[in-house]
Amino acid sequence: MLIPCPWCGDREDIEFKYGGAAQIAYPANPDSADDAAWARYVFFRPNPKGKMAERWVHSAGCRRWFNLVRDTVTHEITPTPAAEERR
Amino acid sequence: MAEPHPHPNHLWRNPEPKRAYDVVIVGAGGHGLATAYYLAKNHGITNVAVLERGWLAGGNVARNTTVIRSNYLWDESAAIYEHSLKLWEGLSEELDYDILFSQRGVLNLVHSLGDVREGRRRVYANRLSGIDAEWLTAEEVKAFCPIVNTSPDVRYPVMGGTLQRRGGIAKHDYVAWAFARRADEMGVDLIQNCEVTGFELEGNRVVGVQTDRGPTAAGRVAICAAGHSTVLASMAGFDLPIQSHPLQALVSELLEPVLNCVVMSNAVHVYVSQAHKGELVMGAGIDPYISYAQRGSPHVIEYQLAAAIELFPIFSRAHVVRTWAGIVDVSPDASPILGLTPIANLFINCGWGTGGFKATPGAGWVYAHTIAHGQPHALNARFALERFTTGALIDEHGAAAVAH
Ligand SMILES: Cc1cc2nc3c(=O)[nH]c(=O)nc-3n(C[C@H](O)[C@H](O)[C@H](O)COP(=O)(O)OP(=O)(O)OC[C@H]3O[C@@H](n4cnc5c(N)ncnc54)[C@H](O)[C@@H]3O)c2cc1C
Ligand SMILES: [Zn+2]
Repeated sequence: MLIPCPWCGDREDIEFKYGGAAQIAYPANPDSADDAAWARYVFFRPNPKGKMAERWVHSAGCRRWFNLVRDTVTHEITPTPAAEERR
Repeated sequence: MAEPHPHPNHLWRNPEPKRAYDVVIVGAGGHGLATAYYLAKNHGITNVAVLERGWLAGGNVARNTTVIRSNYLWDESAAIYEHSLKLWEGLSEELDYDILFSQRGVLNLVHSLGDVREGRRRVYANRLSGIDAEWLTAEEVKAFCPIVNTSPDVRYPVMGGTLQRRGGIAKHDYVAWAFARRADEMGVDLIQNCEVTGFELEGNRVVGVQTDRGPTAAGRVAICAAGHSTVLASMAGFDLPIQSHPLQALVSELLEPVLNCVVMSNAVHVYVSQAHKGELVMGAGIDPYISYAQRGSPHVIEYQLAAAIELFPIFSRAHVVRTWAGIVDVSPDASPILGLTPIANLFINCGWGTGGFKATPGAGWVYAHTIAHGQPHALNARFALERFTTGALIDEHGAAAVAH
């Protein structure tokens, strides 16, 4: 699988570490979050069959984090148009 | 080893789906088929369909590397896996089908002081749970499995190991077919090429399933879909803390018998056994990313082969004949989720991840009980979905992470 690093270009997936689903927000009001809200934040993650927004880090390259959208059935990576969204 | 029986030439009917069943099971893998068998046999519930989107035993049940053992750390896990191992011990006879269950011993090698402590702790915990477990020194490892390289001159020398002599392997597709044949004989409809695409809900209660071959009413519905568990749960409107990952395995060409037991190493990251036909069967850890593609990255294979050759220099001339992957349902605490769901009459069995083959009879047995009674058996009560909210996790990463 070739992963497009926004800074280095396409590289083999062995150069990267996977960061799981993108855009997981920390609970907005942690003091008032109940057990169910903490359970969701700590243990529940998107697991879609299809397009998935996820994080990767180019750990054996430039060591920078970025986001991309990958199809979990075909492994096809959709280029995210705006460079800002990818970083 | 005894000659296997001639293979039966009739296994099951291929019926058309009926309009209604008492119980619909989603997924004809090992767990779905075992559940159907025990529903019929232990609970007299035979108006049952097992719906399978592909072909019977096309999923993980016939893609796994068949390591069977019960030497898990915590009491809850030890109890359910040991229940399963006891069922394995009578299964060929019970199902009247030689599933080539072979208790040749499972050896878990350790390569660091931390591993040594963890391994010894697990041996003591296992013994307290009534499970056979032994600690072997490096010399004893060599005596039990002479082809393991126990020389101190390697990067991670073998410092000892744990041994469960009652552990071993079985022939995975025979296991699925044996449960299928018996379930079919008792009246269960096994329906292949029938994908569940949604659930019929009345309020908070499931009353049937939608499939690509039309709707079917159901008194109770039991999900047994391994890597597709979250896909089904989201159709019913609830979430599961499950991530679906590829898990790869490989086989060599057929060789003369060289390996007498199952050898696993979490630290150098490979495990291997020799199947009855003669191929070396190897596996390691999951690929890191989410996938439903039933394939993984080649470097994962390369890495486990390097580990295998370090442990077994004698394998250096063997060839990789085939590699493949299944999609495993990984839970946060490396333990299964087996019980009720937020939807009435809808049940869930998932989260077995990289290690659910060994649980096939035990999981089917307790899941059938749970479905028949509408509440969990004592053996699976602690494996409820609620544990992720209460925090009562059953952390088996030490015993389960790489070891299958
Ligand atoms: C490479 C590999 C090695 C492994 N090694 C071991 C090991 O050594 N020891 C061990 O104990 N475990 C091992 N495992 C894990 C073990 O295989 C699984 O935990 C276990 O098989 C899962 O239960 P199952 O047999 O019911 O799953 P499956 O056989 O995957 O059954 C699930 C079924 O559900 C069907 N399905 C999914 N969605 C739908 C739908 N919408 N409608 C209808 N049907 C549907 C699928 O097609 C599939 O047939 C390994 C797994 C893999 C992939
Ligand atoms: Zn880079």
